[in-house]
Amino acid sequence: MSYGIIGITVLWTFLFGYLIVASVDFGAGFFSYYSKITGHNNKVHTIIQRYLSPVWEVTNVFLIFFVVGLIGFFPDSAYYYGTALLVPGSLVTVLLALRGAYYAYNTYGSSKEDNITYMAIYGATGLLIPAALSTILAISEGGIIREENGKVVLDWARFLTNPYTWSVIILALVSVLYISAMFLAFYAHKAGDEGAFSVLRTYALSWSGPTILACLFAFFQINRQNPAHFSNMLDMAWMFIASLICFLLAVYFIWKKKNLGWSFLLVILQFGFAWYGYGRSHLPYILYDQISTADSITNDVMAGALIAAFLAGLLVLIPSLILMMRLFLFDAKYVSGSPLKKG
Amino acid sequence: MLSMDPVTLSRILTGLTLFVHIIFASIGVGIPLMIALAEWRGIRTKDPHYTLLARRWARGFVISVAVGVVTGTAIGLQLSLLWPTFMRVAGHAIALPLFMETFAFFIEAIFLGMYLYTWDRFKKPMLHLLLLIPVAIGSSASAFFITSLNAFMNSPQGFTLRNGVFTDVQPLAAMFNPATPTKVSHVLASSYTLSAGLLAGIAAYSMLRGRKEVYFKKALNLTVMASFIFAASTAIIGDFSGKFLAHYQPEKLAAAEWHFETMTQAPLIFGGVRDENGNVHYALKIPYALSILAGNSPNTKVIGLEEFPEDERPPLLIHYMFDLKVTIGVVLLAIPFLFLLRRRFRGKSKGYPRWLLLGVMALGPLAMAAIELGWMFAEIGRQPWIVRGYMKVSEAATTSNSVGYMLILFVLLYIVLCASCIAVLVKLFRGKDVNDEMKQLGIPEGGRS
Repeated sequence: MSYGIIGITVLWTFLFGYLIVASVDFGAGFFSYYSKITGHNNKVHTIIQRYLSPVWEVTNVFLIFFVVGLIGFFPDSAYYYGTALLVPGSLVTVLLALRGAYYAYNTYGSSKEDNITYMAIYGATGLLIPAALSTILAISEGGIIREENGKVVLDWARFLTNPYTWSVIILALVSVLYISAMFLAFYAHKAGDEGAFSVLRTYALSWSGPTILACLFAFFQINRQNPAHFSNMLDMAWMFIASLICFLLAVYFIWKKKNLGWSFLLVILQFGFAWYGYGRSHLPYILYDQISTADSITNDVMAGALIAAFLAGLLVLIPSLILMMRLFLFDAKYVSGSPLKKG
Repeated sequence: MLSMDPVTLSRILTGLTLFVHIIFASIGVGIPLMIALAEWRGIRTKDPHYTLLARRWARGFVISVAVGVVTGTAIGLQLSLLWPTFMRVAGHAIALPLFMETFAFFIEAIFLGMYLYTWDRFKKPMLHLLLLIPVAIGSSASAFFITSLNAFMNSPQGFTLRNGVFTDVQPLAAMFNPATPTKVSHVLASSYTLSAGLLAGIAAYSMLRGRKEVYFKKALNLTVMASFIFAASTAIIGDFSGKFLAHYQPEKLAAAEWHFETMTQAPLIFGGVRDENGNVHYALKIPYALSILAGNSPNTKVIGLEEFPEDERPPLLIHYMFDLKVTIGVVLLAIPFLFLLRRRFRGKSKGYPRWLLLGVMALGPLAMAAIELGWMFAEIGRQPWIVRGYMKVSEAATTSNSVGYMLILFVLLYIVLCASCIAVLVKLFRGKDVNDEMKQLGIPEGGRS
């Protein structure tokens, strides 16, 4: 296997980690705000805070890891994506900054329980960021970043009038809400909070339909956008079928209110199959057809060092994450315990 | 402003982001160490005051970490957005430290979350303290990796440049380049100084406002003592940095000292003004001092600026940054020294004089100014290079025409972030008085003294 393939596999996996963790976080911000302004149910909010508080910082690192790794393994991507994405990239940065800072202000700094302004910022950015980030997937299909007279430019008109762009944005929005609701329903059930569970279950079920529709829509838009990629996808159709089966089972379980742990695991598998199927069929291109995995770093020593660093990093990272999950996610006393205490 | 070229605008925007980030990053590196110190003393001496101190610091710390994290994210993304050509070429050589920095950050983030939410969850208080060790290691390690990258840009090695690409890269040689030891240790020591100084300032402020509780005295003694040790080590490492410059980056030292002719027994110029003919007025001239700074002996030969072509000389403005930062460094050492002297020879008077407390309050802001000046000196002193000797800044920036608008966007963002951060911090400490909290936790007011 070439270093390019190893590199992109590692990075794709981290991006998948970000997709799951960040979706829970992004969606939770929205639900938290939504349940507050509808005066719907304060219990939902407590559950959400209990989960989010210890993990908000970790989510950010997944994204940075991906960006840094991408440049590390494929320095050319810095040139094309970096130049073309200055404006959208800066906007995402600003949104991420506001979101991170105001989350911390609300959780640790605000004397009131929920500052409605902070929550509004948190909820709104929770939808805007995934929408913005997902457009990079549309750009990676090619034809939008062009090199003219030695300058890299982003073709805005082509970008905005492209139905595929909008299909990924819609897909990102609904799946963020779906993943988040599925997770929080599981978490609420674990905490024995039946009130929160029934609200969150409704959210999860009502977002499941739009999610699968958006998936299908995006799937067929790829055909229009990039037929070569689409035919690659058909070659590994089993992955997308497996994804659909996982989806059906996950929704069935939550409908029946049983096996909720499995239900969320199936959600992960559903997106996992689709994610890796999409990614695998995208290869060998990182950006159609300007950057391919063959253009990865030219020297083996650095590639070897990066992979070694990555493995060493995982040796520390995985036990730490497990420790964190045991302390907060799967600790019955913490999940259902007395009111959340901060330092 | 918008009509400036993308290179200048990219420099301004990168500089602005780093200007904001390094303050929060330095706090992020130093404060965990101070919290650990306080909590450890609390456990060792069974004195609940120190534990409370650690708790209160930790609470404020999270707020500053949040701003550190988001500005760090900003600079992480801006590296590729504003300097795509640099990242494309140098990415081959610098990927490793960048990559490892993220891992260190991961560890810090994970354990900080755990630390904050487990104050009362362990039976042994020591277990809770142990969670802070990875936080401190993680933040110092990420400072190490990112500084080694910056050191590489100052004294690059471990590759050959072929057809505009860095090839034959030896990642470890690139990381452990000649600038790494002095740069990393200087960054760490000055971060610790800033953090200790800021915390000392908070304690001094409370005492100036008439708080007499023994809690504040303990906080003051601990933090000023730490400030002294850290400021002293920063100064010593600063001296090594001077010797490093003389050897590896003589044009930076020469520009900082307005030293044009290569010579032995070189004098050091402090302050002053240069006229059009290059004559220096009103300066303090210390004979032999520059030679001693460069090599510990008055007979050390110091390379002058004349040896470098004019388009490869750093701006002479850095002279003032250098002088100012050194001066502040001396003040940062003198204030804690006076404080410790005063404590030792207290005489009959109780409490500390007002001027001394005011001086302690100034430690934090002064250290902040020194860090900004030192960083600007190091970066502007590297001009016109982005990778010294290999790539100029003008070849590395983005070609996009939108940088000006992005600059305005980020200026607004940083104003909002900094103002709201300060407001939240002030509210946080005003909202929860020490005495109330001691009562809540059942700590007797006197504690153990």
